[in-house]
Amino acid sequence: MIRGKVWKFGDHVDTDVIIPARYLNAPEPSELAKHCMEDIDSSFAGAVQAGDIMVGGWNFGCGSSREHAPVAIQASGITCVIAASFARIFYRNSINIGFPILECPEASEAIRAGDIVTVDTETGKITDETTGQVFEAKPFPPFIQKIVESGGLLPYLKEKQGK
Amino acid sequence: MGMTMTQKILAAHAGLPEVHAGDLIEARLDIVLGNDVTTPVAIGVFEKAGFTEVFDKDKIVIALDHYTPCKDIKSAELCKTSRDFAVKHKISHFYDVGTVGIEHALLPEQGIVGPGDCIIGADSHTCTYGALGAFSTGVGSTDMAAGMASGLNWFKVPPAIKVELKGKLQPFVSGKDVILHLIGEIGVDGALYKSLEFAGEGVAELSMDDRFTISNMAIEAGGKNGIFPVDGKTMEYVKGRFEREPVVFEADADAEYERVVTIDLSELKPTVSMPHLPSNTKTAEEVAGLHIDQVVIGSCTNGRIRCIVIPATQEIYLKCIEEGIVKAFVEAGCAVSAPTCGPCLGGHMGVMAAGERAVATTNRNFVGRMGHTESEVILASPAVAAASAVAGCVAVPDAAELEAEEVCHLAQD
Repeated sequence: MIRGKVWKFGDHVDTDVIIPARYLNAPEPSELAKHCMEDIDSSFAGAVQAGDIMVGGWNFGCGSSREHAPVAIQASGITCVIAASFARIFYRNSINIGFPILECPEASEAIRAGDIVTVDTETGKITDETTGQVFEAKPFPPFIQKIVESGGLLPYLKEKQGK
Repeated sequence: MGMTMTQKILAAHAGLPEVHAGDLIEARLDIVLGNDVTTPVAIGVFEKAGFTEVFDKDKIVIALDHYTPCKDIKSAELCKTSRDFAVKHKISHFYDVGTVGIEHALLPEQGIVGPGDCIIGADSHTCTYGALGAFSTGVGSTDMAAGMASGLNWFKVPPAIKVELKGKLQPFVSGKDVILHLIGEIGVDGALYKSLEFAGEGVAELSMDDRFTISNMAIEAGGKNGIFPVDGKTMEYVKGRFEREPVVFEADADAEYERVVTIDLSELKPTVSMPHLPSNTKTAEEVAGLHIDQVVIGSCTNGRIRCIVIPATQEIYLKCIEEGIVKAFVEAGCAVSAPTCGPCLGGHMGVMAAGERAVATTNRNFVGRMGHTESEVILASPAVAAASAVAGCVAVPDAAELEAEEVCHLAQD
């Protein structure tokens, strides 16, 4: 179960604002975290607390294939991203690094910045404790859930090879 | 129910008689690609998981094109990581400064990718090779690592949007205008998780360069891939280049499409995307006269023989020199660079200051894409960019000065 304070962003949050290309030359997660969301909210990296949750609108993570984007968000302390929809490469990348993300247009619309939210990634249940609203995101299909549980695609592949 | 072209290629690579939209499948990969930004991350993931061997040294491509020639010490270290890995694993398609070109111009040119292939690349514009009738899609570094380790990857079979093309393009209108128009129509997430399947009599009227540009920006509509049927032009292009036997897939007559978008090519005008989303389209005429500070003609979207200043590969660079095009650009006061992705992503070369505005033949105009967050990028075709460069403001190609027309003519031919 994940519980944290919400950082809210809008539609079409692209990978260039999540982690600008000028910082891709230093791909260590801790370095990326320092510049996470810099071009859309320069206060984010300094103020985000470990355990916080990010909520975006439609097409979250559109743009480049840089895995640095979900890595930067994860390394900044964010434990989960909820959005109305995700761009497909960002979606794959998050699954592949074992980072929980949930698609839920209703939650994306209703949850406000600063709300305290709990997320059950297995069932897809999202609860906004501040407002008392409850939302149901579609849980991952079993195959994807297995990858996330293994900690990402490569550990999953290794496990499969070992069998 | 029949299958789309994309679904047929995926089924063949998954060893299945048929697949349906939404199926999760595991498919065999013909090519796995990475660049200097994404490969080092993939290598880290590959080694951390304990893999020691690549699945096939001939099916992995590493192209150091984004920050090269290296812009600083950190980028040099990333290139070194990739170079050491390529040497250690005897990667046959390894491209470094001197042989490298912008990856998505380089792979088709060198015949590494071709019709019927199933390709993943750790670069979002890997969808470019759909122009050749291949299934090709951008992925992240972990996907690249998995591909390098196993030669396989997982896919969700995409539903499709059919883009029915008819008519013929007017002079000074090109593939870039087609794809910007389409993104303007369906939006930056209009094809999210879906394949864009180009079809119709208008396909035959498009050059291979037009098709590469159109497939390249499928991702800008959120698409998983953008694919063209294989015809005589495709076969002529791959002849003598493609290392393997082309495999031609055709969509079934009863294939299912979620939506059909029809574009009459003859009605299209030079089109631009205003800041800060590719879907924010206008005709060049509507914004003609707008002040600009910079013009970039290059990138994987438009960097071939028709659009110079940053020739996309060494082969194109050489051709531009031989044909006198480089001379024309230098005489016109342009800077001609070695192949690099540099300015497209604000990496290096032509990074902009606050308040500056560029017309660029690149593919993204997000906030801060080419430099400062207060700089702006207007996406355009090479013809519009060349005309704008001469005019010093956004300009419509055929209305520009004679000199501009000359440059545009070179850019078009």
